[in-house]
Amino acid sequence: MAKLTFKTEKCKGCGLCVDACPKGVLALAEDKINQKGHHPIEAVNEAACIGCAFCATMCPDCIIKVER
Amino acid sequence: MAEKVLMKGNEAIAEAAILAGCRHYFGYPITPQTEIAAYMAKRMPKIGGTFLQAESEIAAINMVYGVSATGKRVMTSSSSPGISLKGEGLSYLAGADLPALVVNVQRGGPGLGGIQPSQSDYFQATKGGAHGDFHMLVLAPASVQEMAELTVKGFALADKYRMTAMILADGTMGQMMEPVSLDFAVGEAVEKPWATNGTKLSRPHNIINSLILKPERLEELNFERYERYAKIKETEVMYEEYMMEDAEICVVAFGIAARVSKNAINEARAKGIKVGLIRPITLWPFPEKAIAAAAEKVKKFISVELSMGQMIEDVRLAVNGKAPVTLCNRTGGMIPAPEQVLAAITEAAK
Amino acid sequence: MVVFDKPHALTDAPLHYCPGCTHGIVHRLVAEVIDELGIEGRTIGIAPVGCSVMSYDYFNCDMIEAAHGRAPAVATGVKRSDPENIVFTYQGDGDLASIGMAETVHSAARNENITIIFINNAIYGMTGGQMAPTSLPGQVTQTSPYGRDTAHCGFPIKVCELLSSLDGPEYLERVAVNNVKNVKNAKKAIKKAFENQVNGKGFSLVEVLSTCPTNWGMTPKRALEWIDEKMIPYYPLGVYKDRSAEK
Repeated sequence: MAKLTFKTEKCKGCGLCVDACPKGVLALAEDKINQKGHHPIEAVNEAACIGCAFCATMCPDCIIKVER
Repeated sequence: MAEKVLMKGNEAIAEAAILAGCRHYFGYPITPQTEIAAYMAKRMPKIGGTFLQAESEIAAINMVYGVSATGKRVMTSSSSPGISLKGEGLSYLAGADLPALVVNVQRGGPGLGGIQPSQSDYFQATKGGAHGDFHMLVLAPASVQEMAELTVKGFALADKYRMTAMILADGTMGQMMEPVSLDFAVGEAVEKPWATNGTKLSRPHNIINSLILKPERLEELNFERYERYAKIKETEVMYEEYMMEDAEICVVAFGIAARVSKNAINEARAKGIKVGLIRPITLWPFPEKAIAAAAEKVKKFISVELSMGQMIEDVRLAVNGKAPVTLCNRTGGMIPAPEQVLAAITEAAK
Repeated sequence: MVVFDKPHALTDAPLHYCPGCTHGIVHRLVAEVIDELGIEGRTIGIAPVGCSVMSYDYFNCDMIEAAHGRAPAVATGVKRSDPENIVFTYQGDGDLASIGMAETVHSAARNENITIIFINNAIYGMTGGQMAPTSLPGQVTQTSPYGRDTAHCGFPIKVCELLSSLDGPEYLERVAVNNVKNVKNAKKAIKKAFENQVNGKGFSLVEVLSTCPTNWGMTPKRALEWIDEKMIPYYPLGVYKDRSAEK
């Protein structure tokens, strides 16, 4: 199992990571708003994460750390 | 006394720049200053320096910007239309507080104008020369020896104050041949901790920049820059006074116009007219105090220029209404003859 | 084990780019390459005028902000002054292919040993979405409100193809950053463009097809698709020149 860490305050809620993830691990947190006013990313199914880092590859703001 | 060599003004600038430690020259061909580039093209490769003919004046001044950012002495040269193209770069150099030496061997304008000598870029040089609040140090040589000396001085002042020094010469100065002594003190190198020459991972990154989006900060930086300018006005003004002790008429002229004026003054003195000369060597900062002091005793001023009358505005500001200031000029590439200046002096003496 | 984290050559400053703008991806790729080659301490970046004007705050190496279009001339000065240092420019399409075309072409013709990262997003982003030299035929922008009419304002400029006609440049490649596979290829190209400089090979330019969701009027996801549908057919990906490979 892989571990994901997000710099949530820098997230702009663009959702490119959500679409890049092959396992449906990520979603925008519709019930949360960060200081920039965006719905930040969160792991809704971290157990399914395979640590491929596709999410981080597509993240324009470098907010995702992936560990395995 | 050091040995003198016979050199063209343009060549004297080039050799003096090399003596001052300049190892990077970028330029684009334009008459009447091409000898500077040709000299650099020959010399630079032999002393481990860079001569590069740029694709345009705009590219040349931006190459200067790049070298200056790394902390090294660098220069470009051009003539009037080319200096207009460099205007963008001159403003960015000022905004980024980068030192550079720029030579303008002026020709007649506006537009493509002509290729004969002129001083009609005085406004452009002394009032900033491009957009924004800034000045350049403007040095006006009146001999081949001064072409060399002011080049060395220009590099030192540019480094000291982190700004552009401009040699404002003209076609006559550039083409004239005179004996030159190249034996002068170059001065010590200035520390440049701001240079973008690689962090070596041992310091925070340096940023060379002129984009300041916060108006409060931009205003602050402009105020800081003008404090530096105020210091320059106090300490760096250079001028020559000639026969001014008892003068009732004062000719103000720089560069080739000052040489012509000296001849006319000598003839006028022979006729008993008390006339002298103030020759600004720095056009910015302008020797306004010297002229203001002269205005306390001189009855009339004559501004002799190779333009439609540009420096005369600064003369009038310095005289501040205490005496009349008249213009004696030729323009478009024409040089006033000593007879014309003598006639103006004679008229003023009436 | 860390699989992925922010590269050291990127600062911690939050990027000012719009949500989903792929400038951020390209910044990261450049920073990763700088890290991998161990050159941060001797790298000097040149920022352009345009959306990436403030990239001087985002890279940890020394940075210089250039006048609009003049980055290759500034880079030429920096590189000629300190040839042992690594110099890159990061420029958009208006900067590189419009106002700075002369500087681009001539630095390529001279085979200046510099690296250029060229962001082609077919629009002027910073000023609010005007027609770029790379805007596609028919593309609606603020200054081509009825679509780019090629009879009126001409055709887009294909920078890699244009520069490939010169003898000078060492390496020209066009990549895209609209999916994971393309991002990985883009990284390879950017790395090669820096390695070429480290090895003294000369002028290397990587054209990156990038998105501008805000000024294209699309969601970030839709903008990625638009690169596949519209940009890549007009601007085919691939290597346009690689003199080392030719030898």
